[in-house]
This record gives sequence, C-alpha cells and structure tokens, in this order.
Amino acid sequence: MIETRPKPLVRTSDLSKHYPVGRSPFQRRIVHAVEQISLDIFPGETLGIVGESGCGKSTLGRCLVRLTEITSGSLEFEGRDITKASQRQLRPIRRQMQMVFQDPAASLNPRRRVGDLLADPFRVHEKLSRSEMADRVEDLLVRVELLPEHAQRFPHEFSGGQRQRIGIARALALRPRLIVADEPVSALDVSIQAQIINLLADLRDEFNLTYVFIAHDLSVVRQFSSRVAVMYMGSIVETGPVDAVFSAPRHHYTIALRSAVPVPDVDNRPAQRIILKGDLPSPLDPPSGCRFHTRCVAATSMCRHERPVLSLVDKNHFVACHHPRAG
Amino acid sequence: MLTALLSRLGQMVLVMFGISVVAFLIFFATPGADPSARIAGRNASQETLVQVRHDFGLDRPLPVQYALMMERLFISRDLTSFVNRGQKVVPTVLEAIPITLSLVLGAAVLWVLGGLIVGVVAGATRGTWLDRTLMILSLIGVSIPVFWLGEVANLVTQSRWHDSWLFSWVPPLGYIPFTEDPWGWFKALVIPWFTLATLYIGLYGRVLRASIIETMQEDFIRTARAKGIGERRVLMHHGLRTSLVAFVTMFGLDFGALVGGGALLTEVVFGLQGVGKLTYGALQTLDLPMILATVIYASFFVVMANFIVDVAFVFIDPRVRDAH
Amino acid sequence: MPTDKPLLVVENLCVSFRTEGGVVPAVSGVSFSLERREIIGVVGESGSGKSQTLLAILGLISSPNAVVTGSVRFLGQELLGLRRRALDAVRGRQIGMIFQDPMTALTPVHTIGDQIIEQIRAHERVSRTAARKRAVDLLDAVGLPSPDSAVDRYPHQLSGGMRQRAVIAMALSCNPALLIADEPTTALDVTVQAQILELIGRLRDEFGSAVILVTHDLGVVAEVADRVLVMYAGRVVEEGGKGQLFREPLHPYAWGLFGSIPPMHGPRPARLTAIPGSPPKLSQMPQGCAFGPRCAFRHDACAAQPSLGGAGGHRSACFLPQDRRQELRRTLAAGAVPA
Repeated sequence: MIETRPKPLVRTSDLSKHYPVGRSPFQRRIVHAVEQISLDIFPGETLGIVGESGCGKSTLGRCLVRLTEITSGSLEFEGRDITKASQRQLRPIRRQMQMVFQDPAASLNPRRRVGDLLADPFRVHEKLSRSEMADRVEDLLVRVELLPEHAQRFPHEFSGGQRQRIGIARALALRPRLIVADEPVSALDVSIQAQIINLLADLRDEFNLTYVFIAHDLSVVRQFSSRVAVMYMGSIVETGPVDAVFSAPRHHYTIALRSAVPVPDVDNRPAQRIILKGDLPSPLDPPSGCRFHTRCVAATSMCRHERPVLSLVDKNHFVACHHPRAG
Repeated sequence: MLTALLSRLGQMVLVMFGISVVAFLIFFATPGADPSARIAGRNASQETLVQVRHDFGLDRPLPVQYALMMERLFISRDLTSFVNRGQKVVPTVLEAIPITLSLVLGAAVLWVLGGLIVGVVAGATRGTWLDRTLMILSLIGVSIPVFWLGEVANLVTQSRWHDSWLFSWVPPLGYIPFTEDPWGWFKALVIPWFTLATLYIGLYGRVLRASIIETMQEDFIRTARAKGIGERRVLMHHGLRTSLVAFVTMFGLDFGALVGGGALLTEVVFGLQGVGKLTYGALQTLDLPMILATVIYASFFVVMANFIVDVAFVFIDPRVRDAH
Repeated sequence: MPTDKPLLVVENLCVSFRTEGGVVPAVSGVSFSLERREIIGVVGESGSGKSQTLLAILGLISSPNAVVTGSVRFLGQELLGLRRRALDAVRGRQIGMIFQDPMTALTPVHTIGDQIIEQIRAHERVSRTAARKRAVDLLDAVGLPSPDSAVDRYPHQLSGGMRQRAVIAMALSCNPALLIADEPTTALDVTVQAQILELIGRLRDEFGSAVILVTHDLGVVAEVADRVLVMYAGRVVEEGGKGQLFREPLHPYAWGLFGSIPPMHGPRPARLTAIPGSPPKLSQMPQGCAFGPRCAFRHDACAAQPSLGGAGGHRSACFLPQDRRQELRRTLAAGAVPA
C-alpha cells in the first residue's frame, strides 16, 4: 500500500542560522543558534518546539517566517524555495505566514488605537474602503473574544491577556495558513494562559491553521501540539508525536526535561526525578560530538567524538542519540 | 585587556589625526580664507603674496601643506603666529596650559566633592525640605551665567570690600605660577575655582540625585536591605557605587572640554592667560597657526579625557571589564 | 530556644497604597502562622498580593505611600513598626530572603563573595578571612561548582541558576530560622528550577530553616510545600495542608487554577477549564467576594465578603455549602457550568 502523505506546508533542509558576537573583528565569534535543522510541517498540524532558553527555538521560529536571514540550508513554503527571497518577493507570501510574540505590548505601537493597528495588514495587502476595513476589524476583535468598541482604545488600556488577543487578531487578519507563535502564553497568568490556549485551539479548528508553537513550558506544549520537537543547543534532539515523546521519551535530555517539570499533583508524583548536573555549556564554545554529552548520564566516548543524527526509532519518532533509551 | 587598551590608544591617535585634518582644511583650504593674504598684510602687492606663498609652502599641494604644517607644529615646533610675527605658537600654548590646568583641576575637585555631597544628600532625603532646598540651590547654580558670577565676585572682592578684613587677602587679578609662590597661586585661583565650579556642582548634584533615586528602586537595593546592613551602607556601598556611571561620563567630557579651552569666560573675567583666552584671541585675529595649535591641543584633551573615562569604567563596573 | 510557639504569626496584615485615585488595597487581612521547619507555599497570580505580603513581613515596602497595618510576630517579637536598627538585627540574620530574578537581585559592582561577607559581618563579629571562609563553604553547600574561585566572581559572570544559588547562599549565611523566597525559580529554566527546588527542600533538613515560598506555579508548591495558602485579589481564599488542598480544593478559584494547568499525565482535555475574565484591578475591587465576577457559582450571598472557614486546618473563604463542594467542582471540570 502506498501511503499518500500530504505535501508539507513548510520544509526546511539543513537550515542553519549563525550570527556573530563581539565588538571588534578580532574578537568576533560565531554563535551557531540553529544548526542544520530539517523539518517538514504539514498542513493542519501543530508542531510544538520546546527547549530551554538559548536552545535556538525562537531563532528557528523567526527563520521559518523569514524574519531573519538564513545562513545556510533551505526553506520552502508551499513548495516554493524562499530561502533567499527578497522582501519584495516575500510580500505575497507574508500574508500566508504570521507570527505571534511573547510580549504583545512590545509589538504594538502604544500611540495608535487598536483599530488602526488591526487595520494595518489590510492597508498593506488589500484595497478596502473605510467601512469595509472597520467591519473586518470588528470581526477580528469579536473573533478573539474582545468587544467591537475596543477598537477605539490604546494598547496600554488592555490587560496582558487582552493584548495577546490583539496580537493574535493581527496575525489572523489576512487569514494566514501558518502561524508561528513564540512563547505566546508564557508572560501570562495561569488562568489567562488557559484562555489563550483555548482560543488558539478554537482558531485552529475554525480556520484550519497550521501552528508552530514555541514554548518552554512542557505541559502547555503537550496540551496544544500534535507533534513536538525538542531542541538543545541549536539542534533538534528528539521529535515525534506528542504522546510518544512525552510518555516514552528516548533522548536523555528529553527524559531529564520531562522529569524536571513540577506537577501540581500530590498523588501521581514521578517516582524519581532526574536532576541534570551543571549548566548549559556556552554556545560560543559548544561541546564536541553530541552537544549533550557533558550532562548526559549515558555518554560514552563515542558521544564525545561523533555527532548523532536524527534517526527513526518508532513511527514518526526520531531521536538524535547514540544510546537512546529503549522504547 | 592589553589589546583592548592598545586598540583604544590607536583609536585615539586616529581621532586626533582626523581632527587635525579637518581643522587644517577648514582654516587653510576654505575658499576665501587665503592664508597668504593674511600673512602679507593689507594691500600687499602681488609679488609679496607670491613670495609669502612660497615661503610658507602655500603653493604646494594640500597634503604636502598639511604635512609641512604638522612638521612645524610637532617636530621643529617653530611655527610662528601670522599676527604677532616671531611669536612661536607651540611655546605660547605650552605657557598657557598650566594656567588652564590649574584653574580646571581646582574647580574639578570642588565640583566633584560638591556634586557628590549634593547628589547623595538630596537623593537620600528625597522629598524632604532638605532635598528641595538643595535642588533649588543647584538650579540657581546651573542658571547663573559664569561671567556674571565672576564679575560679581570681582566686584565684591576686588573693589567693594577689598579693603575690609574679609577680602584683603585677595590678590589682584591674574595668575601666579605655583612654582613661584604656591600660597599666592592658591589665593589667586580660589575665587575663580568656586566661580567655575558653581555651575557644575549644581549640574552634577542634580544628575547624581536622579541617578541615585533610580538605582534605589532596583532589586539589588531591596536585597541589600533584606540583608539587614543599615541604610547608610545600602546607600553608599550599593546605591552610590552603581550610580556613578553618568557622573563619571559627564566628568570626563566636561573636564576635557574645559581644559581644551571651554573655561574661556572664567579666564577672561579673572584675567587668566589660559588656553581659552588664547584661542579666543587667535580666532578674533584669525591667527591660523595659533588656531590650529589650540584646536589640536584641545582635541588631545577631549580624546584623552574620554579615554580616562573608559578606563575608569573598568574599575567602577566589572561588567564593562568583561565586555572587552 | 526551644518553644512550642509558632515561629511566625501574621495577623490581619493589610497593605495599601495611597494613589491619586484614592487608597488602593494590595493586601487585605492576611493571617497565617508558620511552625519551625515548616515549608508553606503561597500561590497566586499577579496582583494577588502575595509578593507584597512577603515584603511587608520584612519591612521592605519602601514606597512612602504605602500603609502597612496588622501584626507580624516573629519569635514573639513584633516586626511591624520596628525601628530600622532593631529590624536590621532580624533581617538577614534570622530571616533570609530570596528574590525572584537572580539577574537583578545582586549588586552588579561587587563580587558575590563580598556581598555574602558583608551580610555575615553585619551580624556577627568575625574577621574578614573567617567570613570569606564561610562564604566559600556556603557556596559549596548550595552546589556552586568550584566555590573557591566563584567567591571572587561578579554576578554577571554566573549563569542564572548559579546566581540564584549565590543568592540562596547569601540568604543562608547567618543560619536564619526563616527563609522567605519570592518566586525563586520563575526566572529559571525548568531543569535549573528542578535543581533549585531540590536545594530548597534540602535546606530544611540541613539548615533547619522554615520557608515561605511564594509562587504562581502550583507544580512548584506540590514539589516542596507542607502547607499552602491560595491568594486572590489581596486575600487568602484557601488554606490547607498540601495533600488536602491538592486532592480536594475547596475554593472555586483553586478549581479554576487546577483546571487551567494542562496535565502532564493521562488524556489531554479538549479544552482547558479556564477561568473567564481577568483578576480585578486593585483600584476597582468588586463588592463582596472579589472572585465573584469570574465565578461560575456566584449567588446572592457572594455580595458579602466571605471569611476563611472550615475544619481540620483546611479552610476557604467561600459561601458555597461545604458538603457539596466536590460535587460542584466536578460539574465545573465536566464543563456543565450552571448558568
């Protein structure tokens, strides 16, 4: 039987992003923020990207929507190579891919009314009359569970959760196919966080959206994603269906990460918590071989010398480890 | 660290070179500013002009002219004034330096101490009558023009009450070299010092106060208080140390600018033949070699002061140390 | 001094701020007590008054517009209104404090060693060398690698987790009977958080300290606390032992909190039982129960201010009948919310 898989919406192969740090050319060093990531993102799925600060998950997100230049490798959107596309060439594609940020306040001009902010995408991409524009803005506000009269207010008059709703409305304005959400709920209180997750899930069903959901909170990613990729120091170390990766992680980093999450439950406590030793190594001076070997319980000399590549361990479940835990 | 220092020194030389080129171009190569006409004097004949041009090398290409000028400024040091024939420029500037330095150094001591006291006291007593009084006084200090203050000081100490016991010690206007008579040097400068420092005490006091008030809102101040170490120590050891950045930056810039001739008004009012007054005189008579010399001298001090500020930061703030 | 009296008794603590729009209450009538070696978790969202409560206990609210009333007795001594000198004899010596953001909690221009030494020497007559030795030992005890060199490091030279260890070492430096921690792991990554939580749990065993741990994360509380206070809009709405509160929470706000957290085990719910609306602004506090406007079970009684009540050390501030609470909670989880 031939399995007919849908064409990926986004495909990256060996996508890398390096950027220099240091002031003078003599002291300049290269940070490998994202290293050779090959990913397929299929229409309608939600890919969660988890990892700790500095693992490159946000940089990857920005690469996916071409908010930053890509150093090497390639990026395809709907089958078109947009790795080197100019801003002009990107313009029609931008409608299809939008981003939601962690701190919506920082991306909303404080001097403009919310209605004007939300009308911006229409001004750039569509020729609409004033009243059509107002209608569309009103629709958007209602869709993200705000009130039409909120269009007259300024961003600072809203609470954090409401501002994030505005950020989502703006991303949604042009009916994109892909939304990259970078830590969209991590600045919010727990009760508000749940509202936003529910909203994002509703929108996914309603508009048939594809999400890339970047977060450091594992429980949020588990709740919201269908597939998950775990990043460590610029690379994907494990990827697969959410239930597989979370209930039977294979990579020792995922295992430690998974067990470190404090669970608000006094009865179902994890039997034994794995506490990682030490800190993340400096990204300026990454360890040789497997990046994780300095903190890994299963590291051998092979891990110090040879870089593991992602390989299939189970259905759709890939692990980059020389000694993955038995499934 | 050493490489950082060396590269900084290299930058300094480069900046000074740039300034000297710009100054040279402005005064010697601007259309209409024909130096030979100035040297030859009014109504000079065409032959004299040609002669002068040749003598001063002004008929050579610009880069050569520049090189010649620098050679005469730094190596042979025999560049002479266009206005007072025979007056060598470099020794004249060198003579003026100690006067300006004496004036600015003394004033700097006063304004640093005064600024620290005003800033810390006002910052610590924020919102009280003491704070308000100090801020009003600083505002007055900032607002008083230095020449007016200087003239008033002169009026009081040189004429009105000069014969009273209070000010009979004040020597006549002018400079007394430290090497000749240290006590006289001090007496001659103490009033100019206070006059020049008044503005800066006000300015620095206000800036430091603002900076301290901001720092005292920081998390680490709360940590320090939670340690139970007493408010005075919290203020001085944690608050003030971290607030000094703006203070030191300003000090470097102001000190450099003043030594470079910015103390002109004070120098004029108190009859001190310093660099400021020299520059002022040279500009009035368009004495190009003198202008060039004083501009380069001034740029040296401004650049130098910036360098010292950078070095000071390394000691004040360890984060800067590691950024290099 | 062996005593069976509680270590800390907070009674009717109120914090309010004078603003242009009138007096705004941040903490209203918070009361609780803490035994020796007990770890109490204070949970709440932003604006719940949990941090202000901590700061008020230590006299660290520096705003001239703040009004703090009530009583905070530590080992029988009233801390509120204490003169600075007397307060400083307690702060840092008997009560240590750990702050949320280790990036900003340490003075950037002094080495961590100097900052620890400063605290030791403020409270004990020891030489600099002896204090330094103790600083190194403390850094070692909190798991800072190579403490001998770390002691001479500046805060910015350490990672977030290492800095938080340094802050904890400093808080512990005079062997305090009580440690107050304000969101100590919020700014940290989850694997580092696990390290720090393990350390805080160990402190009680090794240093014998009681701990007040303020956090927004119920998972963190489940990890380390013995007893839990849930705060909402400046008041304690529920108090109980960890087991009681996590198994059978009594207050609808607590139900909402638990429902808002995506589970890490078992089936994933289609939707999270989020709490609608947002917490009240302190300047526009609703009449009666502050949670009323967001509560699915609001009824006429809620127009009055409920007080903490209940049996067996598990108390809540809610007018719903005690015996029906768990049943009501299940209807909420099932999504069948009464109109």
